[in-house]
Amino acid sequence: MNIIMKYKTSFVALLALAGLTGCWERPPIESVQTGYRGTAMVELNNPRLMAAQQAANVAPQPAPPAEAGGPLASAVFKNVQVLGNLSVAEFTRTMASLTSWVAPTEGCAYCHKPGEGLEADTLYTKVVARKMLQMTQAINVENKAHVGSTGVTCYTCHRGQHVPANTWVNAAASTKSAKFLGVESGQNRPSTAVSITSLPYDPFKTYLSGSADIKVASNTALPAGNKKDVPNAERTFGLMMHMSDSLGVNCTYCHNSQAFDKWSVSTPQRVTAWHGIRMARDINNSYLDPLNSVFPANRKGPTGDVAKVNCQTCHQGATKPLLGAQMAKNYPAMYSPAPATPLPVVAQAATPKK
Amino acid sequence: MAMLSFERKYRVRGGTLLGGDLFDFWVGPFYVGFFGVTTAFFSILGTALILWATFQGPTWNIWQINIAPPDLKYGLRMAPFNEGGIWQIVTVCAVGAFTSWALREVEICRKLGMGLHVPFAFAFAILAFVTLNVIRPLMLGAWGHGFPYGIISHLDWVSNTGYQYLHFHYNPAHMIAASLFFATTLALSLHGALILSSTNPAKGEPVKTAEHENTFFRDAIGYSVGTLGIHRVGLLLALSSVFWAAVCIIISGPFWTRGWPEWWSWWLNLPIWK
Repeated sequence: MNIIMKYKTSFVALLALAGLTGCWERPPIESVQTGYRGTAMVELNNPRLMAAQQAANVAPQPAPPAEAGGPLASAVFKNVQVLGNLSVAEFTRTMASLTSWVAPTEGCAYCHKPGEGLEADTLYTKVVARKMLQMTQAINVENKAHVGSTGVTCYTCHRGQHVPANTWVNAAASTKSAKFLGVESGQNRPSTAVSITSLPYDPFKTYLSGSADIKVASNTALPAGNKKDVPNAERTFGLMMHMSDSLGVNCTYCHNSQAFDKWSVSTPQRVTAWHGIRMARDINNSYLDPLNSVFPANRKGPTGDVAKVNCQTCHQGATKPLLGAQMAKNYPAMYSPAPATPLPVVAQAATPKK
Repeated sequence: MAMLSFERKYRVRGGTLLGGDLFDFWVGPFYVGFFGVTTAFFSILGTALILWATFQGPTWNIWQINIAPPDLKYGLRMAPFNEGGIWQIVTVCAVGAFTSWALREVEICRKLGMGLHVPFAFAFAILAFVTLNVIRPLMLGAWGHGFPYGIISHLDWVSNTGYQYLHFHYNPAHMIAASLFFATTLALSLHGALILSSTNPAKGEPVKTAEHENTFFRDAIGYSVGTLGIHRVGLLLALSSVFWAAVCIIISGPFWTRGWPEWWSWWLNLPIWK
């Protein structure tokens, strides 16, 4: 007791410092075991943070179902390139829903210029929206290995905003003029892209539009021709930081750090993530990059590239976007009606759910 | 083992904490006492259980022997014997043996009329173990959060536990603890070098004394902490490093579940540069 009284000021100062720094958490903490006992393959979750996440990831109610039957949209409207196979009722229901997901304030006028016919492609937003519908269908039909039967809708990323809150563009070149200030090498800035670490802050260009090899674990000793290098390892670590942050998980959600590269000791989630990386690359290269000539300059990054997706774009801090809410199944438009080259699995999945 | 001629007068009766004269005896060079008996009991039982668990397990490879804690589903209850129950009893034995050993040191100190610095220092090592396998599991609500007993397996546990916070080097208390560990080795090596240099002078020169040692450091860095002081510094550095190591793992989980890099957002958000 005497000691406590003697150093009372120090104790108070220490407590004050602890209070100033960070928003500390507190027990009780929930934990989920994902591996053999004693391996520390464990997810720790703060139930108070989980409750906040729950509240932030509520999916909107689906629009009332459209009446069955009626003429096809392609027969009634002009210039319907993607959703022509839908009935007029389903088509207008889809249009109303995606307006509420992407441009709830501007309404139809965000893509359709007032005073012109609905078929006009005057506004760039409409051209983008069409491409995004094709992208959504491709995600739901061709990427079942990642999105499962849950699928995605416009809302998964947009959440009521024109541009999804989390996208990436190529980082601007370093403005550091004098070499003696240090060579940045695209790192040592506390970037939120890599969970405010000092790791390379633009891993996306390399791995999510480029297709560089992510595996950096070496199977040989250094003198025996080990070609893995530290910059690659750090860029990989940066990408992994981003993935962890995006899903609100830690490294052991997918990996057993005993051997990061070994599939045999990894969790099943790593397989889903592997497919997700390929999906993000495909989205960026097949759907977003081709829109470069369509987007106005103010929608592009400092090096003139379009905003692209990473894990955070859909996941937004949750292991499953919108905590796995089944939104897409209520919208046949989110699934491609007839894939160009039907594969057995794909063809079955492509059947619009009634 | 024979006793040295001058030892007899230091081997005095009394000073025990428990058991009075009953356990106040030596076995060869070793003082026993009540806590010597409990040390022997816990360490023999614990080692026997480890051997039994190894016998049940798949390997006798010394590197791969693994006595794992229970599944998290057992919470703070007893687990079945072969599914973590052994780990639980071994943990009790370990804490019992370590604490008994510390108290036995206290008794020896009391016999000799010494300060309690040695058991106090050892208590920090016990604190490190108890923090990892008792206090933190209690705070997280399951014995399964303890580390397994095994050479490789406990390292795997450390690795995975670190990666649960994305990058453990961003843990502020880990930073302090690691710095103190390095400072300890620096202080010890400087001290060791100084003693050896003053007791190994050039051929024909007399052995140097504390005045030379003090003068060396006064010349080199303007200050010498002194012959007694350096041992105080060493103890303070060593015990502080263990203390902050205990802090760094207690805050990982019970008081922070996210990546440690993210914890530093308070620094980035300071109004000075935000």
